[in-house]
Amino acid sequence: MEKKKLKMSSVLFAIVIAVYVAIVLGIILTVVLNSLSKGWYSGVLPKTITTEWYKYAASDHVIPQLIWVTFLVAIADVLVGLLIAFPAAYALARTDFKGKAILLSLFLLPMIVPPMAYGIPLAMLCYKFHLAGQIIGTIVVNLVPIVPFMILVLMPFIEQVGTNLESAAKMLGAKRMTIFRKVLIPLTTPGILTAGILSLVKSISLFDLTYLIAGGKNQTIVVALFSDAYAAGARPPQAVDALAVIYFLIAMTSLLISLRFVSPTQMVFKLK
Amino acid sequence: MKGSSKNGVLLLLIPAVVFIFLLFVYPFCYGLYTSLTKADGTFTFANYIRFFTTPREIRTIWVTLGIAVPVTLLAVGLAVPLSYYMRRGIKGEKIISFFLIVPVTLGTVLVSEGMLTFMGPNGWLNQLLMALHLVQKPVQFTHNYAGVAISVGLQGFPYAFLMLLGYVSGINPDLEKASQMLGANKWQTFWKILFPLMVPGIAISFCLNFVMAFSVYPSAVLLGQPSGPQRVIALAAYQMAFEKFNFNAASAISMIMAAIELVVIAVVLAWRNKMYKGASIVGKG
Repeated sequence: MEKKKLKMSSVLFAIVIAVYVAIVLGIILTVVLNSLSKGWYSGVLPKTITTEWYKYAASDHVIPQLIWVTFLVAIADVLVGLLIAFPAAYALARTDFKGKAILLSLFLLPMIVPPMAYGIPLAMLCYKFHLAGQIIGTIVVNLVPIVPFMILVLMPFIEQVGTNLESAAKMLGAKRMTIFRKVLIPLTTPGILTAGILSLVKSISLFDLTYLIAGGKNQTIVVALFSDAYAAGARPPQAVDALAVIYFLIAMTSLLISLRFVSPTQMVFKLK
Repeated sequence: MKGSSKNGVLLLLIPAVVFIFLLFVYPFCYGLYTSLTKADGTFTFANYIRFFTTPREIRTIWVTLGIAVPVTLLAVGLAVPLSYYMRRGIKGEKIISFFLIVPVTLGTVLVSEGMLTFMGPNGWLNQLLMALHLVQKPVQFTHNYAGVAISVGLQGFPYAFLMLLGYVSGINPDLEKASQMLGANKWQTFWKILFPLMVPGIAISFCLNFVMAFSVYPSAVLLGQPSGPQRVIALAAYQMAFEKFNFNAASAISMIMAAIELVVIAVVLAWRNKMYKGASIVGKG
């Protein structure tokens, strides 16, 4: 009896996972094949293979510019995000003060309010201060979801490092900056790396806020992809898929690199 | 740490506090203020009244909830037993987690765009279903409710699953052993011991999933009928802001979105508090 039930659950598990994997693989493979195909209206596989849609996409968009903006925004967000989040995570991990719980929930609030809800007023302010349509504006708005996420990832890493080493360094006369630089940062490198890599992967695919304010030359690749897919009919679907493949390669490369350092469960919000 | 040293540490919070006030609290308050004023800056409730008296607008709430609630329930409902099953690790765990994380990394835009071809009338999915004689003619998976729901679910499920997996594997295995030693069967152990301990994790993953599903925008536009049955609330807000350039009314829709979101979260947390009384139980290993 016990054995049989166990078997049933494993079959169920296998079915759900298999269906899921099949759909994901199916989506990715059709996008890749479609971008390389000509006149694939029926049948399992396209009859003619061509690279012309990539040429089409390249004439349609300045692809190097899109890639450059995507990476510039992602990397700038990681660096600025770390500069803001690390000191905050340190203070939150090390001290107890009145209102700490409130401050912590304030930091988490951007994670539970939909980006579209705070994004529209935020975009309005960006237009008001002429940040919209500029790379700097895109970098700034995307910090809103990144920083809270970083604080959450960093806090447990800092908590793990005992206070002893810091106290010892202090007793030996090290200044606070020196302690940060020589003791704390080396010891929390795994945490910084984790937070940085996870945020980098995340920020490549951030869509909502970038979409609300980015325009023209300064959009990221995912926003360009959405606009192309949205204006279906303006260009052949294969050309949209060609851009999708370029985006896919970028996102997958960053994911594969990141999985060398972090585990997939860390990609999502970490529950305590 | 005490005294001046503690105050020194608190100074480190300044950048983050400035950041959160400047980029989140201030825009939010600005949105609230804008939603309560006319274009000329005088106070009015008209933006809210307009939303709640226009059937086309108020419908967006039910349309969005109609996508977000069932999809989130299904995603979390599937994630609970599956993460429980995988809690001690299984063969091929790495590769499974990899496939789960891929759609999360790719984002809604690529998944929705890919679904258009894969699940379209001549796509592989319909070819397969027809080859297996499960259906006679192609099933419509795109440009309708199903398309939006599948796309949101494909994103939501791995999120819920990986979140709960991290949570459930942190529950002390001794509790399960103890329950079994006391004669409970697998079902009893799950429902009486593990499930109550998973409740906080379920509540949080439900909330975060719901947030994602509720602000669904790219999937609804690409895979639904955004002008009609799948006109979601985020789309209503976007159109008001960037097509009609009525920022006051758009802010009002944003505020309504945030308010609904917070109400749902409050309900979920109330459920959590009702279910999870065992904060004092040492459940973590």
